[in-house]
Amino acid sequence: MAGIAIEKLVKRYGPTQVVHGIDLDIQDGEFVVFVGPSGCGKSTTLRMIAGLEEINDGTISIGGRVVNRLEPKERNIAMVFQNYAIYPHMSVAENIAFGLYTSGLDKAAKRKRVEEVAEVLGLTKLLERRPSALSGGQRQRVAIGRAMVRDPAVFLFDEPLSNLDAQLRAQMRLEIKRLHQRLGTTIVFVTHDQVEAMTLADRIVVMRDGHILQVGAPMELYEKPADVFTARFIGSPTMNIVPAKAGQGALQLGEKPLAWSASLPPDVLVGVRPQELRVLDLDEAADLTLTGTVAVVEPLGPETFVHVETAGGLLLASAPAKNPPAVGSPVRLGASASGLRLFDAKSERAL
Amino acid sequence: MSAIASPVSGRIEPGRILAWLLLFGGGLLMVTPLAFMFATSLKDSSEIYDLAFFPAHPTLDNYVTVLSDGRFLRWFANSFGIATAVTLSNVFFDSLVGYTLAKFQFRGRYLVFIAILSTLMIPTEMLVIPWYVMAKNFGWLDSYWGIMFPGMMTAFGTFLMKQFFETVPNDFLEAARVDGLNEFAIFWRIALPLVTPALSALAIFTFLSNWTAFIWPLIVTTSKELYTLPVGLTSYAVEAQVQWELIMTGAALATLPTLTVFLLLQRYIVRGVVLAGLKG
Repeated sequence: MAGIAIEKLVKRYGPTQVVHGIDLDIQDGEFVVFVGPSGCGKSTTLRMIAGLEEINDGTISIGGRVVNRLEPKERNIAMVFQNYAIYPHMSVAENIAFGLYTSGLDKAAKRKRVEEVAEVLGLTKLLERRPSALSGGQRQRVAIGRAMVRDPAVFLFDEPLSNLDAQLRAQMRLEIKRLHQRLGTTIVFVTHDQVEAMTLADRIVVMRDGHILQVGAPMELYEKPADVFTARFIGSPTMNIVPAKAGQGALQLGEKPLAWSASLPPDVLVGVRPQELRVLDLDEAADLTLTGTVAVVEPLGPETFVHVETAGGLLLASAPAKNPPAVGSPVRLGASASGLRLFDAKSERAL
Repeated sequence: MSAIASPVSGRIEPGRILAWLLLFGGGLLMVTPLAFMFATSLKDSSEIYDLAFFPAHPTLDNYVTVLSDGRFLRWFANSFGIATAVTLSNVFFDSLVGYTLAKFQFRGRYLVFIAILSTLMIPTEMLVIPWYVMAKNFGWLDSYWGIMFPGMMTAFGTFLMKQFFETVPNDFLEAARVDGLNEFAIFWRIALPLVTPALSALAIFTFLSNWTAFIWPLIVTTSKELYTLPVGLTSYAVEAQVQWELIMTGAALATLPTLTVFLLLQRYIVRGVVLAGLKG
C-alpha cells in the first residue's frame, strides 16, 4: 500500500497544454475520486499515474518513490478500464490470472490466488466461462478481479461504471466501496458522474480545463463549494444560481432586501440548492422570498420538484410531495439565509 | 398473410429469377473446366482428341503413371513446403508490421504506410526482372529461398492486418502493459488472438496463391527437382509430345488440396473476402 504525491504535474499534447501544473497529495489507503466534465484532464492525470502517458513536467511519486520514468509494470499499480479490457479469447480464470503475469508464482499458487479473488467477487461459478458469456456487471467484476489478484499498492479506475445501466451501476458502486473498506488499498477513481464521486470518495478532486478547482470531502464540497462550477457540478439536482446586487449591508434580491453582515462586492451570484428553496404556504415567512409562476412539475416520489419562472430566471424548487402546486399557478418561494451560497459575479469564486 | 410480405409464398419476384439464372450461368462457367479436367484425367491417350466430355473407357492408369513418377511427388512436396513457409512468414511479418503501423506513434509512420501501399500498384510482371537480378546477385538462383523470398511479406497482407489491428481497442493493450507484458508479448498474446478472422483469411489467401504460383518459380529455377507443381506439370507438355491426359491428371491432383482447403474453410474464405473487401 502506498500514498501518491503529485507535484506541479504538466501534460502537453504538442502546443496544447491539457494539465496545468497540478498538486495533490493522496494518503495511503485513501479513496480519491477525480471528477469533472469531459476534457478536464482527469483521465489524463490518471493515465500519467499509471504510466500510460508521458509526464511533461513535474513529478509523481508512489509510496515515496518518484515514478516518472518507470514503466507501468514497475509502479505496482493495477488499473480497471472503462470498457473492462478483459481479453475475449481467454476464460475468466485466465483473465484474472493474467494479473499475475509477472508474479513468478507457479501454476498451483496462481490458481489458488485466482480462486480466492473469485470467491471475494462471487465469480467462482463463472471461472471457466468466456467473457462473451458474461453480463456487463460480471465483466466488470472480472476486470476488478484481474486488478485485485496482484495485491497492488494502488488501484486506478478509469470511469469503470459508465458502460453499465443505472441499476447495475448503483450495485457496482456499492461493491467497489465495500472492496475498498475490506482491502484498504489506495484507490484513485475517475468519473464524470457526481453521484459516483459523492458516494464513493473519501475526498473528491474537482477538475476543469486541466486545473484542480477544489479538493475536499464530499459533504465539504456540497456545503462549501469554492466556486460556481463546483457548486453546480456537485449535488443533484443542480444548484440554482441567481444574479443579484449588493449594497448597504444587504442583498437586493426577491421581495425585500436581505440583511447581510459580511461585506459584498456590488455584483454577486446567489446559489441556492433546490432542496433548500421551498414553495411557501400562503402566509409563511422566510429570509429570502421570491415570486413566480410554476412552469413544470416533476414528481419523484419522496419529493416533488417544480420549475418556477421568476424575475431571476427559471429556478428549481422543492414542493410538498403530496400536494404540489399546479402548472401555471403563482407561487412564493423561500429559503433561509443559511441555505444561500454567495459568489463574486466576476471571478465566480465563493465569497 | 399477404403474398408479397411472405417469403415462403408461391410468388417469386422476376428480379430474383434473373439473379438465379445469372448465378447459375456463372457457376456453370466456372465448374465446366474443372469437370472437364477430371473427365480428361480418366481418359486413355487415344481418346484425348475426341473432345467427348465423358471418357468412353474410364481408367485410373493416368493416376498410377503420375503418382509413380517420383518427380510428381517431389513437386507436390515442393509446392506444399514453399506455400506453407511463405504463409507462415506472411502471417507473422505482415501482422508484425501491420500492428506497428496501427498501434505505435512514430515519426514517418504515415510515409512508411504509403510507401508499402504504393507497391501494390506495381504488377508482378514488372517486378520479375529486378527480382531475378537480385536473386542472381545474392546467389539465390535455382534455390528454394530464391523461389520464396519475393513473397515472404506482402503489402496486401500488411495493409489487411493494419486495418484489423486498428479495430483492436487500445484498452486491451494498455491493460496488458499495466499487467507487465513486454511489447512483443502484448502483440503475440493479446493483439494477435484478437484478429484471428483476418489472420485466417490472410493465411488462406497466401497459401492458395503460392500453391498455384507459376511465373516466378518457372523463371528462378532450372533444376527439375526444385520445380513447384504448376511448373513441373508443364514438363509433361514440352517433352516429345503434349501428354494432355497426364497434365490433366497432375492438375486434378494439384487441385485437390485447394478444393479441400476451400471446402473445409469456405466460411472463413467468404468472410475473409468480405473483410478485406478486395481480392486475394
